[in-house]
Amino acid sequence: MSGIRVAGVGAVSPAGWGTAALRAALEQGTPILPTLVPRPGGGQALPVREVPRLVPVPAWAKHPRLRRASPITLHAVGAVREALSMAGSSEPPAKDLGLILCLLAGCVQYTERFFGEVLRDPASASPLLFPETVFNGPASHVAAVLGRTPLTYTLLGDPSVFLQGLDLAAEWLAAGYVDDCLVVGAEETSWLLADALLQFDHSVQAAGGAGAVLLTRTPTPSPGVELEQVTDLQVYAQAQSRPAAAGRMRAMLSESAAGGLLCDSRVGSARLDAAETRVWRDWPGARVSPKLVLGEGLMAASAWQCVTAIDALSRGQHRVALISVVGQNEAAAGARFVRAGP
Amino acid sequence: MPFPPLRVRPAKPPRVVVTGAGLVTPLGIGWRVNADGFRAGRAAFGPVRRFDVSRHRARTAAEVDLPAVLPPTRLTPKQARRLDRASRMLLWAAHEAWEQSGWEATTDLPVVLGTTSGGMSLGEEYYRRALDGTASRRGQATRALHYLAHLPARILLEAFGFLGPICIIANACASGANALGRAWELLRAGRAERVLTGGYDALSLLVYSGFDSLQTISPTRCRPFDADRDGLTLGEGAAVLCLETQEAAERRAATVLGELAGYGHRLDPHHLTQPHPQGDAAWSAMDEACRVAGLGPADVDYLNAHGTGTPLNDVAEALAINRWAGDRAASLPVSSTKAVIGHLLGAAGAVEAVVCLQALREQWLPPQPQLGHVDPICQFPVVREPTHARVEVAMSNSFGFGGTNATLIFRRWG
Repeated sequence: MSGIRVAGVGAVSPAGWGTAALRAALEQGTPILPTLVPRPGGGQALPVREVPRLVPVPAWAKHPRLRRASPITLHAVGAVREALSMAGSSEPPAKDLGLILCLLAGCVQYTERFFGEVLRDPASASPLLFPETVFNGPASHVAAVLGRTPLTYTLLGDPSVFLQGLDLAAEWLAAGYVDDCLVVGAEETSWLLADALLQFDHSVQAAGGAGAVLLTRTPTPSPGVELEQVTDLQVYAQAQSRPAAAGRMRAMLSESAAGGLLCDSRVGSARLDAAETRVWRDWPGARVSPKLVLGEGLMAASAWQCVTAIDALSRGQHRVALISVVGQNEAAAGARFVRAGP
Repeated sequence: MPFPPLRVRPAKPPRVVVTGAGLVTPLGIGWRVNADGFRAGRAAFGPVRRFDVSRHRARTAAEVDLPAVLPPTRLTPKQARRLDRASRMLLWAAHEAWEQSGWEATTDLPVVLGTTSGGMSLGEEYYRRALDGTASRRGQATRALHYLAHLPARILLEAFGFLGPICIIANACASGANALGRAWELLRAGRAERVLTGGYDALSLLVYSGFDSLQTISPTRCRPFDADRDGLTLGEGAAVLCLETQEAAERRAATVLGELAGYGHRLDPHHLTQPHPQGDAAWSAMDEACRVAGLGPADVDYLNAHGTGTPLNDVAEALAINRWAGDRAASLPVSSTKAVIGHLLGAAGAVEAVVCLQALREQWLPPQPQLGHVDPICQFPVVREPTHARVEVAMSNSFGFGGTNATLIFRRWG
């Protein structure tokens, strides 16, 4: 037993705001329909899977720090609030929280808006936009909304880094730096991100959203869910191909004979999924692939994988769940959650 | 790193030493030229040449004269051709650190780097071409890939032939210091024996325009803690450090450049771009770094301040230093090397860490050139002239957008 427990989870995805919406979409199994976003200056519109707008705007979204915040921040705050609510946390939290926010694309909407203004005329580029382009802007906003997050990191990388965030949180908890720790993966969509993904595969559609996992060392009501293992990041290099890294990741994961639930990172492209498909081809248990339904949510998607697994464990559907993240261009990593108690 | 850790957390954390340090700044490439420049307080500012700033409020920066060639590594010519400016600076810094440390390639060497903008210049070019329907799409996939902040770290793996997990910290201008701090934590927790760490950032049109839009770039010259200061000057660069446990360094009889003795970090949620007026979190980071190092203000011989030269930052930091240092403030030498090389953003914390190591190794204090009247809020002396001094412990502050605050403490070795 690791002693690192899950106190709460939250999800914001193209399926809607909340873990229940995520669960319902995955149970239905029908891919979310994309919307088309125009490319500035004309040209073919680009498909993205956006998070539904919050209508009416809830009171929490009117916090002063969220007035101008980009969607990525709203996604992160939405997921975090659900995770804290599940844990029965007050607002502001009664304990010191660690916050680890993981991003790949980050604040692309404000970045493209600001750079567009710079290219038109730098003398009139908006000073309100630039701070929102900074990678750790969302973490700062989330921390300001929560009010008690003395330790806050923003980690960048491909989606495998979300699992690195879980490991870092476990270390902070074990060292006693914080009482509880939130690990959040968040992204937002834009025409530019959609265009970039098309460079690698025409079947992949960008998705926005966030997922949050609240970890604690405080005993949680039984049956609870425990983070039992995170593998090392198996990086891609000349000396270790993507398939080899995926193979090493699986070899490092402790598997139970009975199988359990595998929550993987396949996106629906035979080419991009090849390494992960091959490494898990003999998996005997149940399997769910959130990105097949929700789209390429990048760092948010690996968070959705964890939220989905934890949700299934806490609902008693499985006793063990494995997370497999075979990232696009950095590393493969895995994690194992177990249902603790009867 | 794997969880649960493969090794048991040691009851007594090991001491962490620096056995390699590489530096690329506007002063030049390498330890010696930088040490000479910092010791003399030789400012490296000039007109911006990398992009058009004719419509900007500010026109000055501290640019790196980067050679066209790369240091000898295992990169293929194709890999080398694809590197952007930020990766090239990082590679030069890593090459010096790697050679100095005498490390051999292994399969378990973590890399922890800090950056604020990764390969931003490639992102800018990607955007321009994506926007222009008539532009060639050739090379867009490579631009999209190499824009990502973790790609330069992967380049280091290829260049030196090792494997290990990558961690990229983007805590704005504290990123470099946070990266060193995270590497220090990994070693102290017994999760690694060696970590390659540092920070990098290259000047880019977007980031320059951002600071220009905020009117934080000095239209005159960067003068941290000067009563008449009017802003920062942006720079670029990279620093890479080889950190290892004392035991690992001693096992191979490595030359030790200094000890990383303490690290503290605290978030200040006051405002996205402005520090808490009293510098509360900055004080807390300094206090925490001292606590874990087992040192107090009386033990610190030099403080390399974050000192951007902006009115708000310097006041908040000065108040934090006054509060933290107490009676020691009156005699504690403080300077900001941003007066010489500008603000290197994600590289700043790592570069300034190496400056502290240089001060410890060579026993001098880096001065601030052309400092006028010191802001009376500073209860500490700001180093004005090249100074020989006894330096046993040096502290470095790094603060950033979003309220990130980090402090590192270095101790002389031997």
